[in-house]
This record gives sequence, C-alpha cells and structure tokens, in this order.
Amino acid sequence: MEANPATVAPPRGAGIRLPGVGAGLGRGLVVLYLSLMVMLPLAAVVAESTEGGLGAFWDSVSSSQSIAALKLTVICSLIVVAINGVFGTIIAWVLVRDEFPGKGAVNALIDLPFALPTIVAGLTLLTLYGAESPIGLDVAFTRVAVVMALCFVTLPFVTRAVQPLLIEMDREMEEAATSLGAGGFTVFRRIIFPNLLPGILAGVMLAFARALGEFGSLVLISGNIPFKTEVSSVFIRSQIESGNVSGAAAVSVVLLAISLLLLVAVSFLVRWSARK
Amino acid sequence: MTAKWGLRGLAFGYLGLLLLAPVGMIFYKTFEHGLGPPIEAMTSPDAVHAIWLTLLMVAVAVPLNTVFGVGCALLLVRHRWKGNALIDGIINLPFAVSPVVIGLSLFLLYGNDGWFGPTLSEWGIQVLFSTPGMILASVFVSLPFVVRETVPVLQEIGTEQEQAASTLGANGWQTFWRVTLPAIRWGVAYGVVLTTARVLGEFGAVTIVSGSISGETETLPLFVAKSFEQFNEEAAYAGAIVLALLALTTLLLMSIGGRRAKAGASGPIPIAGDTALSTPTTKEGS
Repeated sequence: MEANPATVAPPRGAGIRLPGVGAGLGRGLVVLYLSLMVMLPLAAVVAESTEGGLGAFWDSVSSSQSIAALKLTVICSLIVVAINGVFGTIIAWVLVRDEFPGKGAVNALIDLPFALPTIVAGLTLLTLYGAESPIGLDVAFTRVAVVMALCFVTLPFVTRAVQPLLIEMDREMEEAATSLGAGGFTVFRRIIFPNLLPGILAGVMLAFARALGEFGSLVLISGNIPFKTEVSSVFIRSQIESGNVSGAAAVSVVLLAISLLLLVAVSFLVRWSARK
Repeated sequence: MTAKWGLRGLAFGYLGLLLLAPVGMIFYKTFEHGLGPPIEAMTSPDAVHAIWLTLLMVAVAVPLNTVFGVGCALLLVRHRWKGNALIDGIINLPFAVSPVVIGLSLFLLYGNDGWFGPTLSEWGIQVLFSTPGMILASVFVSLPFVVRETVPVLQEIGTEQEQAASTLGANGWQTFWRVTLPAIRWGVAYGVVLTTARVLGEFGAVTIVSGSISGETETLPLFVAKSFEQFNEEAAYAGAIVLALLALTTLLLMSIGGRRAKAGASGPIPIAGDTALSTPTTKEGS
C-alpha cells in the first residue's frame, strides 16, 4: 500500500503525546477499528469466494452472465473515462484560464455528483432522458443510459485532478513557444498536454475505479437486463438475492482486485509525476 | 476568440446537459402541481420514518468516524511507525470497493450463516436487516474522509505551537483542545461535511444489509428507490428533492469549508498519499 507523505517524513520533534492515550494504545485502537469495520468484512468476501475451491471460483466468474456483466462494466467504464477525460480537461481549462461571471458557482457545481446521492442522480437522469422525456429522448434501459449515468457520477475526477496542474503551470513556456512561431494546436500538443497528462491519467484511473463499482445511479435507469444492461455490481446483487452468495463473492473479488490495482497505480503515478 | 467560445460552449453544454438540466427537471417535476403533493408525500408515516432513520445513521456514523479520523490522523502525522503506510493504505480501501461488495461483506459476517451472525443472534443481537447493520455499512463507506482531510492540515501546522504549549506545562489533552484542534478545525469540519453527505446518500451498501422494509429499515435513499419502483412517482420525486437540497447545502459548505481549510482541502477525490495533485481546487473559482 502507498504511504502518505506524512508517514514517510514525519516532522522533526515528532513525539508530542496523543492526549490521554499513549501512541501504543492509540495505534491498537486504530488497528482494531479498521479491522472490525473494513478488514474482517473484506476478508469474509475473499474467503467466501473460494469456499468451493478455485474451480468453483473460476466457474462463478466465467459463467456467461457474469462474463457479460464484467464485459459491459469494463467497456462502458472505458467509454465513460474517455468522454470525461476529454470533457473534464476542457472544463478544467475553462475554469482556470477563462474569466466569466458566475465562475465560482460553476466551480462548485463540479462537486455536485459527489454530493448528490447516487439514487437521486439516476432518478434525475431518468426524468429528462427516460420514458416521459420532455425532449423526446428516451434512453432508459439501454447501454446508452449506463454510459450516461456513469458519466454523471465520475464527472469531477478528471477536472479536479487537472485543475491544480493548470494553475501551477508556467505560462512562460507557452508564451515562449508562441513567440517561436508555434500555432495554438502545436502549443497544446507539445507544451500543455504533456504537462497535464499525469493529472488526466490520475483522474481517469480514479474515475475508472469508481465506474467499475457504481451501483446506485444505475439501478433505476439501466433496467438491469441480464446480457444487455446488467453491470457487475447489479449482477452481484442479483446473485445475493437468488442465494448464490459464493458466486457473488467471486465476482466481487474480481472487481476488488481491479480497483485495488488502479488505486496503487494512481499513487505510483502521482509520486512519479511529483518527482519529475 | 473562436477557440475560447468553442471551449466554453463544450464545457457549459456538457455540464448543462448532464448535470443542470436533469437536476432542474426533477425540481420541475416535483413542484409541477404546487407544494401540496410533495409535502403530503413527505409526511406519510413511511417517509417520516425514513427521514428519522437517515438522521440516525448520520448521528451515529459521523461522530464515530470523526473521533476515529482525528485520532488516526494524529497518529499518522505525529508518530513515526513502520505500520503507518499500511494503515494509510487500508484507510483508502473504502474508495476502491463497490458499495454492493461492502454490503455483501457485512452480509457474510453477520448473516445467519455468517462468521458472527449465529453467535450474535444467540445473544439476541440482530445486525443484518436491522439498524446496527445499516450503521456498520454507513461507517464503512464514509470512513476515509475525516482522516484524509485532517492529515494534510496537521502536516501544514507543524509541531512548534504544540511544543511551546507542552513546554509551558500543558498536558496532552490541554494541548490538543487548546492548540491542535483549533488549528485543524476547518480541515476536520470539511471532512465531517463529506462524511455526512456520504452517509445521507448511501444506497448500495445499505440496500444489501437492510432488506429495505418500509417503516423499519428504510432510509431516505431506499425510500426513493422503492417509491419509484412501486410507481409512486410523487413520493420518489419528493424524497429525491429532500436529498438534493441536502446535497446543495453540502455543496455550499464544501466550497466554504474547502476555502477555509485551504492547504488541507484535498477534496473528495481519493488520490492516495498525494499532495501535489490535491492542492486546493476552490480558490481559483472564487
């Protein structure tokens, strides 16, 4: 697991005692809390997934409905992060480099998908793009709806990762390139884009991890049709409901592994770009 | 000039079609026939119970994760230990886990065939399909926020003032209450806002462990989903509006808190162990 900078370089003179409890006792309590709340439950999922041996694990993961759900989840998530990679960067650019009235409000609006409960996100999309659509655009229960809901919930990631890089970026580089005769697109391709790339990648990977596990915004709008619009998280729920808990656990472990890899990759990426 | 307007158009168009128009539409749908129907829908016994249960989740999960978060952040920043990196990694785990998987994990521990379920039910404690299980789910999903917002602020303030306080004879608690906590309060407050928002809106994990029994184990997000599935659209929209208003309040507090917390505000984005990317994002917008 990746360390916080805090844990790597504690300030000199560390050792101010925690109030009341010593560091040892505090550590014990933290470990106990994390074990009870997070580690034990997840350990139960991993244990359950291999209950019937590795063969049973593989059978659950490779059943045709499970594979269809995983495929849909991964492909939709890829499409979604591609869309939000482009639009998230454009939005970050407009928020940092452009001036317009109401910029503060637009900037705050970016966090709306984080603040809005996922079930409400799904419902709002359904009122505008569902069967009773006032603009005659009904995408409910289709794969387009899956992509749309995932775009909604992952919107902030890329923008929020790119914004600080844009703020810190040295304008002189761009000016130098322009004065040397580079056109707008060349400046973007050779100067701006390479500088923003670590942020875009970090945002995209976090958005991808989020999209893989998304549930609340999809249950109402996707229709949860097996082999068509059923994503992995919904598939897991249907397996729990039909009593196939080991099967649900097996698919959960696959999702868990992908997300963990992504989080580790992101923290490596962040350190690498910080060192550059 | 054209490039500028082109980019503006793309940015505003995307935000408008994806965020603003749908959210505006749900407000319109709710109040289409005046204030009467939504108020009536929100005062039904099931709705009132759902609101109370949701507030109960917040009242238990948020203080738990706040005390844990501040204590854990103090340990991570102020006390060198080789296990700190591992603790830090585990704290980010809830971000990587699907809510449904979190629900499943609690189901496996506290269900009738679970690791703890049979023993606890012998003692007369029902966790699954009842309030304790839902609280556990809420705690799990919202665990990282306070730690993540407090750590950078603690790093930022350093230890000089704390050392001065203890040189002058303050004990650990006095130093904490009079020096450390006032200095980190905005970071903690920002974390509390994010935690509250997450607990209020949690759907996936809670839906698995609660059984969603109307008037018993139904929080407001579950009430919204069930009302919609039962074609009671008025109640679904009204519940969604209550949640949306809470979200808008959160947003307001986030933009204030984020600005106050300044150096600390890494925002709700789980960028592990990163300070380069998580510098405040609210300041340029103001």
